[in-house]
Amino acid sequence: MSTTNTLDRTSGVGLGIAMTWFSLLVLIPLSAVVFTAAGGGWDLFWRTVTGEQTAAAIRLTVGQAALVTVVNVVMGTLIAWVLVRDHFRGKALLEVLIDIPFALPTIVAGLVLLALYGKDSPLGIDVANQRSAVFLAFLFVTLPFVVRMVQPTLAELDKEVEEAAASLGASRVTTFRRVILPSIVPAITAGAALSFARGVSEYGSLVLLSGNLPFRTEVTSVRILSSIENNNLAGAAATATVLLVISLAVIVLLDVLQRRVSGRG
Amino acid sequence: MAETRTVARTGVRRTPTTYVLRFVVAAYLFLLVAWPVSLVVVHTFEDGFTSLEGILSDPDVVTALWLTVRVAVIAVVINTVFGVGMSLLLVRQEFPGKRLLSALIDLPLSVSPIVVGLALVLVYGGRNGWLGPTLESAGFRVIFSTPGIVMATAFVALPLVIREVVPVLHEIGTEQEQAARSLGASSAQTFRRITLPAIKWAVVYGVVLSLARSLGEFGAVKVVSGNVLGQTRTATLMVEEKYLNFDQQGAYATAFLLAMVSVACIVIVAIIRPKEERR
Amino acid sequence: MSIEISGVSKSFGDFDALRDVDLTIPSGGLTALLGPSGGGKSTLLRIIAGLETADAGRVLIEGRDATELPAQKRNVGFVFQHYAAFKHMTVAKNVAFGLEIRKRPKDEIRRKVAELLELVHLDQFAHRLPAQLSGGQRQRMALARALAIEPSVLLLDEPFGALDAKVRKELRDWLRRLHDEVHVTTVFVTHDQEEALEVADEIVVINQGRIEQVGTPDQLYDAPANDFVMGFLGDVTRLGGRPIRPHDIEVHTTPVGEDPAEVHAGEVARLTRVGFEVRLLVLTVEGEETQVVLTRAEARAAGIDVGSRVWLRPHRGATTVSAVRAV
Repeated sequence: MSTTNTLDRTSGVGLGIAMTWFSLLVLIPLSAVVFTAAGGGWDLFWRTVTGEQTAAAIRLTVGQAALVTVVNVVMGTLIAWVLVRDHFRGKALLEVLIDIPFALPTIVAGLVLLALYGKDSPLGIDVANQRSAVFLAFLFVTLPFVVRMVQPTLAELDKEVEEAAASLGASRVTTFRRVILPSIVPAITAGAALSFARGVSEYGSLVLLSGNLPFRTEVTSVRILSSIENNNLAGAAATATVLLVISLAVIVLLDVLQRRVSGRG
Repeated sequence: MAETRTVARTGVRRTPTTYVLRFVVAAYLFLLVAWPVSLVVVHTFEDGFTSLEGILSDPDVVTALWLTVRVAVIAVVINTVFGVGMSLLLVRQEFPGKRLLSALIDLPLSVSPIVVGLALVLVYGGRNGWLGPTLESAGFRVIFSTPGIVMATAFVALPLVIREVVPVLHEIGTEQEQAARSLGASSAQTFRRITLPAIKWAVVYGVVLSLARSLGEFGAVKVVSGNVLGQTRTATLMVEEKYLNFDQQGAYATAFLLAMVSVACIVIVAIIRPKEERR
Repeated sequence: MSIEISGVSKSFGDFDALRDVDLTIPSGGLTALLGPSGGGKSTLLRIIAGLETADAGRVLIEGRDATELPAQKRNVGFVFQHYAAFKHMTVAKNVAFGLEIRKRPKDEIRRKVAELLELVHLDQFAHRLPAQLSGGQRQRMALARALAIEPSVLLLDEPFGALDAKVRKELRDWLRRLHDEVHVTTVFVTHDQEEALEVADEIVVINQGRIEQVGTPDQLYDAPANDFVMGFLGDVTRLGGRPIRPHDIEVHTTPVGEDPAEVHAGEVARLTRVGFEVRLLVLTVEGEETQVVLTRAEARAAGIDVGSRVWLRPHRGATTVSAVRAV
């Protein structure tokens, strides 16, 4: 029997304080972005986001984020699979490696990537100021999302179901495709959504790595920042609204999925 | 499938595919994470400890580091109190709009740090913000000042504690709390003696993650801080500044300090977590 | 009277868990709330404990109106199905919890805890964590913890539900003996009629949010108020259109009886032996399928087998539903 309570006085006051803080910190400021964007009228909004340089930035960001998400879906699921099903020395180390991009300050992440893939690259691969730099930076910062969503689902998967499938004559590939994959698809989708959202909103790791060249390596966040620095807050807000819409879409998708995957609330 | 299989003690079937997958994953993580991160360590110690000593004797760097630590600690304290309270409300209470709130809580995870900064400037900016001018005339400056940096940092790390605590609260259920109440414990006593010990590790985990995130926030802070040397320039802004000013050694050394703290956070968590699962 | 419940109703959404329930539970007794899952018995127990609030009605505990009292002020001992052990505290700390909340002196707490752990046979486990105990031991710890606060009533919600059959039976006997020693008014919820019949002084049968019958185990078994109670307390079959227990049927291999309405001829369609029991399925000439239970000796002596022609008649004094009998 679940016992959730209707609010008593203490919880009511607590909720009031929490909501006030949440509104002051998150809701009101984010609404301000949308209002400011709307304040200039639809024409200005449309002109801003379809302006050549901004549109190029949005295309680059969304395109690279989508590409990275595809890679993450494959590699993330693979990594999760190996971490859950395989046992070997040094696995704990891999676990730590996966979380590093999440914890590492983004500016440091950019510097780190520059060390291996910059002009002094020991590998002879120099992506600095290239489009591939954007791809690489996104790949680094979004690494944990699919892995960390899929891992627990995979761990909880009932081994007996796989054994049942095998006993019914399914090959390992068929078992994976028909039995395992369908049950981890919501987790993969959730991870992909987070990874896409993170990619689209990335800024810090690109600062040193991509050179922020207009039409070539300038991403949406950088574009917004230069609008802010030019004191064009309305323009910044218009472009920011595009990013916010993407974030919101991801949140909605996640909410639907999380109810199925882990069941919060 | 009649290939030869070795069944390890763990009961894992090992096929050639197993080793291929293992290799692919290890190589991918090595090239993407391990090698690049280790190079920062190498660069930092190229001339022994000189570059580290160099930045630690630079008063501007030390000021920036202190500012970063101070801001991170304040933001983490706020987010911990808010996070634990909000988790309790979301899991244990029923109120209208709960589902919407639960979804919105995750929003800061997917909002661009630049947009976070912009949003705060639009509301708290001293000249044109919605609330900024009022606050400023009351003598309280948010943007281009420490409170703004704290808010930006608190914003980006907001969901981390909640995301850790909520599943644990669900998992422990309400029986222990009910038992405590039936034994005469008040709500406060029940929280302190039953609920808090049960969610302790989740809170610690959330705090460590928030700390790592807070120490490393860059984009949002860059927008709201004004990046004034010795006043509102944080450690991450210092890394950028040094790199752009061709002080690569200084940039690497400062980055090394930050990376060390975040890696330490991750390692602490990695050590804590399995212990928790064994209980 | 220890617990008086009047007009209590409770619904969860559209589901009516309890509908206008009145019940009086006597002091010092061991009362079972018996019924199918989802019937409302646990909800009633939780309302008595204050863990759930009734939508309507009042609850009096030892003459005091407890309807508005929060759980922590009712002085009620509650034992949960899944023990609700405080996982981070030792067994002794668990038991001491209620006393520490009540700020009793340290040495009194120590003495009391030792006493209770001895009572529940856990004295050598005092410093273990709940995770290091078996299910049965954890439940005994939970019981000691509830008894420590000297509750005016002890409430147990399916206390043995999560235990395996053997431990369950042991704990059942042990609860009975414990109750005879401690004499605290005790109410326990169960869906296992055997458990209720064996342990309780008084049984309250609850179904679909209503009380079906209250009485001693014998009263309920011998004179069930309705078909539901009769069916819930034991196996039921039908003979001549009336419910009857399979072991309350006489089996004859020759025609018997003066009253032909009482006797039903038929043929044994199936025979199953389970240990000392023989279960027959008899197809009567009226076209009814009646189950009959005999001992193996009886079946052998009469030479009954599949295909045998038999005449069935209710035992004298067979259990029948009182309401039906009154008609």
